[in-house]
Amino acid sequence: MAAVSGLVRRPLQQVSGILRRCFHRTAPAALQVTVRDAINQGMDEELERDEKVFLLGEEVAQYDGAYKVSRGLWKKYGDKRIIDTPISEMGFTGIAVGAAMAGLRPICEFMTFNFSMQAIDQVINSAAKTYYMSGGLQSVPIVFRGPNGASAGVAAQHSQCFAAWYGHCPGLKVVSPWNSEDAKGLIKSAIRDNNPVVMLENELMYGVPFELSSEAQSKDFLVPIGKAKIERPGINVTVVSHSRPVGHCLEAATVLSKEGIECEVINMRTIRPLDMETIETSVMKTNHLVTVEGGWPQFGVGAEICARIMEGPAFNFLDAPVVRVTGADVPMPYAKILEDNCVPQVKDIIFAIKKTLNM
Amino acid sequence: MMQTVRRMELKADQLYKQKIIRGFCHLCDGQEACCVGLEAGINPTDHLITSYRAHGFTFTRGMPVREILAELTGRKGGCAKGKGGSMHMYAKNFYGGNGIVGAQVPLGAGVALACKYNGKDEVCLTLYGDGAANQGQIFEAYNMAALWKLPCIFICENNRYGMGTSVERAAASTDYYKRGDFIPGLRVDGMDILCVREATKFAADHCRSGKGPILMELQTYRYHGHSMSDPGVSYRTREEIQEVRSKSDPIMLLKDRMVNNNLASVEELKEIDVEVRKEIEDAAQFATADPEPPLEELGYHIYSSDPPFEVRGANQWIKFKSIS
Repeated sequence: MAAVSGLVRRPLQQVSGILRRCFHRTAPAALQVTVRDAINQGMDEELERDEKVFLLGEEVAQYDGAYKVSRGLWKKYGDKRIIDTPISEMGFTGIAVGAAMAGLRPICEFMTFNFSMQAIDQVINSAAKTYYMSGGLQSVPIVFRGPNGASAGVAAQHSQCFAAWYGHCPGLKVVSPWNSEDAKGLIKSAIRDNNPVVMLENELMYGVPFELSSEAQSKDFLVPIGKAKIERPGINVTVVSHSRPVGHCLEAATVLSKEGIECEVINMRTIRPLDMETIETSVMKTNHLVTVEGGWPQFGVGAEICARIMEGPAFNFLDAPVVRVTGADVPMPYAKILEDNCVPQVKDIIFAIKKTLNM
Repeated sequence: MMQTVRRMELKADQLYKQKIIRGFCHLCDGQEACCVGLEAGINPTDHLITSYRAHGFTFTRGMPVREILAELTGRKGGCAKGKGGSMHMYAKNFYGGNGIVGAQVPLGAGVALACKYNGKDEVCLTLYGDGAANQGQIFEAYNMAALWKLPCIFICENNRYGMGTSVERAAASTDYYKRGDFIPGLRVDGMDILCVREATKFAADHCRSGKGPILMELQTYRYHGHSMSDPGVSYRTREEIQEVRSKSDPIMLLKDRMVNNNLASVEELKEIDVEVRKEIEDAAQFATADPEPPLEELGYHIYSSDPPFEVRGANQWIKFKSIS
């Protein structure tokens, strides 16, 4: 509970600060919404807004979603718009892409992104590359979504992070929400986008409640794809992350604040296109950079950020090499003690920050 | 139309040997009755998707020959502006041209899903070859198409060889029209254009009446090898190719039928041939003379409907503008 309220307190202060400027009369209508419900709401609103939008995947209809993300949607929209598929990833992903080519706007759910590997040819070769290969004739307005990365105790074949794999490919957009505002705004932007968008959710975040501002509750609230968000301003070190680790970074920042280190925590929100401008501007202010991700280190998100920092204006402002905090370079083990040490923990982030600050 | 496809493919062969066309080039001469016959059995508002052996279909679906040849030669006047090449040509209600064997079949089932979703009685012709027929994703597509009664006509263009592997060496069952199991299947003489057309009409009616998917196997033959890098005689005999040419050539069969039934005179058909030759020559001229796409456009068409942005080139200082 303490951990969760710690996660909520900072955005709460920021959000109510913004709202106090706009609504001078009563207190803002604070609403606690879990990430799961935020995605559900986002999909519901877009299904209602545009009848070309539909959802397909395993257990999305009558089961209410393997992780209950699509709860209530089948009851509301019926068989035509919420479609249960057999366990045929390559087949149903291809069907979803074909439907998008023919003008519909499918949301293709993977029960987890680990299973998307079976269908990855359809995502990359049939969806991502098509607009380019056709010289701009054939667009593919599709969303691929589902839980990505480590969960709890699900072991090696169910814990892989695909941010680097999908982030590698031109023609795709890849988003990775952390909190409810991210989740709702990004799923809506993804559905309205005329390009293939991969939304990497996180199973462990589904049940976590966050405050949704009244602005975020609106049916037209969108989070732009390709723009990172500074969750916590700071002056000593820039900490860049995406998805669940953003929460860990904020916790680390709270701990370090007591020691006089003010971290600027950046929530990437989008993996591709990567918002280097926000990161570079921050680094030019703080002179130190730590990247944090759940995926494997080799050829990962942090590796790309490091390469781009070197190529850009921020390099000359670094007082120390960039440090990456990542998942351990092994397939995910099952035993709790092993699993806990394969994902970045708050202590690992604190250690990395202190290392780059030479403390 | 068959004559146009034939001449276009032969011209492509010529241009490839002159190294004006490069990369992959999969020709369909010998299979003209398939693309032309199928088109005759459906409406322009119906949909079609096929594999990489797609030049004939690109034409029958409405793309002019000059844009097809210019795409093969990689020029800016090509139907995909030179960005796609032989395997990635698109037109209205024609979804390519697909390079990954078998991937187009679930795509076609998806187009059929859109047809059903939109409720406009349209169907989707989803083609694949005898080689692709053993791909697992095709069976996944069969299952879902039948389950959801999608208006999808699965069509196996069986030209007896998947690249260099004959059907007997690739498939435990070469009755491709039966491979749909619970999906009804027809075996069609793919060298007889009228047969193809009538079978297509039958299949389209079946789908339009809401009965769900249907399967057609078109038994046909390709004169060229698998692609331009394959002479096509290491896994089959010249005698076999010659026999098909003399006994079953689709253009010859139709010509004979028309002449014998007084539907056209030999002179009239000769006139058509002359016109076609001219059309192809003009198109080839265009395809050879048109300039390549401008380098500035290298980064274009990454995303649809987006504001312009920059794309990285071979190093961090080389940047290309990308517009939708």
